[in-house]
Amino acid sequence: MNATLADGEVAAGSPDLKSGELADRLFHAITAAAACFVLLLLGATALSMAWGGRLAFKTFGWHFITSSDWDVPAAKFGALVPIYGTLVTSAIALIIAVPVSIGIALFLTDIAPRWTRAPIAVAIELLAAIPSIIYGMWGLFIFAPFMANHVEPWLSAHLGNSPLVGPLFSGPPIGIGMLTAGIVLGIMVIPFVAAVAREVFSAVPPSLKESAVALGSTRWEILSRVTLPYTRSAIVGAVFLGLGRALGETMAVTFVLGNAHELSASLLMPSNSIAAAIANEFTEADTELYRSSLIALGFLLFVVTFIVLTIAKLLLMRINRQLGRTS
Amino acid sequence: MAVPARRRAADVVAFSFASLATVFGLFWLAWILWTTLAQGAAALTPALFTQMTPPPGASGGLLNAFYGSAVMILLAIVIGTPIGIAAGTYLAEHGRYTRLAATVSFINDILLSAPSIVIGLFVYEVAVRSMGHFSGYAGALALAMILLPIVVRTTEESLRLVPDQMREAGFALGLPRWRVTSRILYRAAQGAIVTGVLLAVARIAGETAPLLFTALNNQFWSSSLNRPLANVPVVIFQYAMSPYDEWHMLAWAGAFVLTAFVLILNLGVRFLARKGGNK
Repeated sequence: MNATLADGEVAAGSPDLKSGELADRLFHAITAAAACFVLLLLGATALSMAWGGRLAFKTFGWHFITSSDWDVPAAKFGALVPIYGTLVTSAIALIIAVPVSIGIALFLTDIAPRWTRAPIAVAIELLAAIPSIIYGMWGLFIFAPFMANHVEPWLSAHLGNSPLVGPLFSGPPIGIGMLTAGIVLGIMVIPFVAAVAREVFSAVPPSLKESAVALGSTRWEILSRVTLPYTRSAIVGAVFLGLGRALGETMAVTFVLGNAHELSASLLMPSNSIAAAIANEFTEADTELYRSSLIALGFLLFVVTFIVLTIAKLLLMRINRQLGRTS
Repeated sequence: MAVPARRRAADVVAFSFASLATVFGLFWLAWILWTTLAQGAAALTPALFTQMTPPPGASGGLLNAFYGSAVMILLAIVIGTPIGIAAGTYLAEHGRYTRLAATVSFINDILLSAPSIVIGLFVYEVAVRSMGHFSGYAGALALAMILLPIVVRTTEESLRLVPDQMREAGFALGLPRWRVTSRILYRAAQGAIVTGVLLAVARIAGETAPLLFTALNNQFWSSSLNRPLANVPVVIFQYAMSPYDEWHMLAWAGAFVLTAFVLILNLGVRFLARKGGNK
């Protein structure tokens, strides 16, 4: 962009301060406008979602989120199933991703031989680079059949009849469902949580760890009594960041969740998520109310992820301030 | 002083778990990449790059989809990069320490992780609805919206890394501020900014959700950006979800090319960045 600005006009030490000042103001204004544009985009997104979804909110009121009745021919749209599916799959994803990510971060900061750390970290980061549609295809053609043939029969045979968790694992093993989607989501979230956890682990002041060593702590005790308490808020921030990612992930979930609109307790049954419902149905939405309902779902997703990501950012800012860094 | 057995056992368990967690993470990476490679390599044919997407049951290629994706990515770069660099410049330089810059920086981080499907809906509401039809322009806008926060972030970070002495040297020569930014700081940070743009391209190349109802898809050759435009991710999605074997093969071939492109770009950029950093 600097090529278009006139060369040589304001040479070094030029007395022509006036034109320099004008150009300075202009440049400042352009950059400030671009920065405001970013704010504007976020605001416009929220407003247009709210505007597009107003018909659905007006028609159904609170029933929009409390009813599970998604009946297209009857023009009834209750979004409980996709909301439930989004929450359940994200919860499964976090249950898998959080301990694994913390383990990876610990491995990379304290255990791995030094020369292997960078390559392993890059490999884990590549998990985030793989497009979500690739996760989806792999999930549909490879992982879902694997779950149906090997994992789910075992789960329903061993856990399906137990009193407490039984209902979660009953039903036919078809591979497509909330459990499979949650696991795929978990894999996708791992690199994001692990990267933040690794960064904050390596930012723990060495003097703290050294004093624990001097007191005779084992490495596990250093982690559980020094590192984790010291980085607690940032780790929670990392978890929220992962949650934000999991809630909004679309394509991978669309492939393996089954697009069903029945509420079921079993994790082995097909379900739906907010993002998957929009992806599957939006181009087919032929009535104004149908389209508005899907946009209203998008609005809910946007608001929830906005809140979750804001919490994540605030928690992560706190540790950065502790460490004396900006942003 | 021997450590009691119970404490030592806890130590061993924790560290075995951490090692296993890493193996667990790498295992999925290997499995997914192996699947894409094995299935994709089997489906690769020269026709992939010379023929159009076929109707069900026929063989063909993905030429129109590659073309559409390339055009939309280029247009997204053209739209998103200047705005992103300007905004990043404000955050790191001209608006440094202002409340506006702090707010924008915060919001930008949230846009960075915002669900891409919502961005698709937004562009649908703003562009597709007002134009009355799906189009390549709308798809490019959606991709630009995903690219923008990445460019803002990397521009901000790379300008922050430029030492203050360089700014001071510029001011000492009597240069106005905009010349210091454009002549000195951009030059010092250009490698890192280009890296950021390339990583953003790797990200948007595989984005499917925002294209589903902006660019849609087009089975035929169309070079017009004003009409629905074929693109690799949406073709992969539609073909993979279809019941036809020929379409599945094409979807795997597309997945292979897409993954190879994204991974090579990612690794290449990292490699170059490290080489540049060592100089």
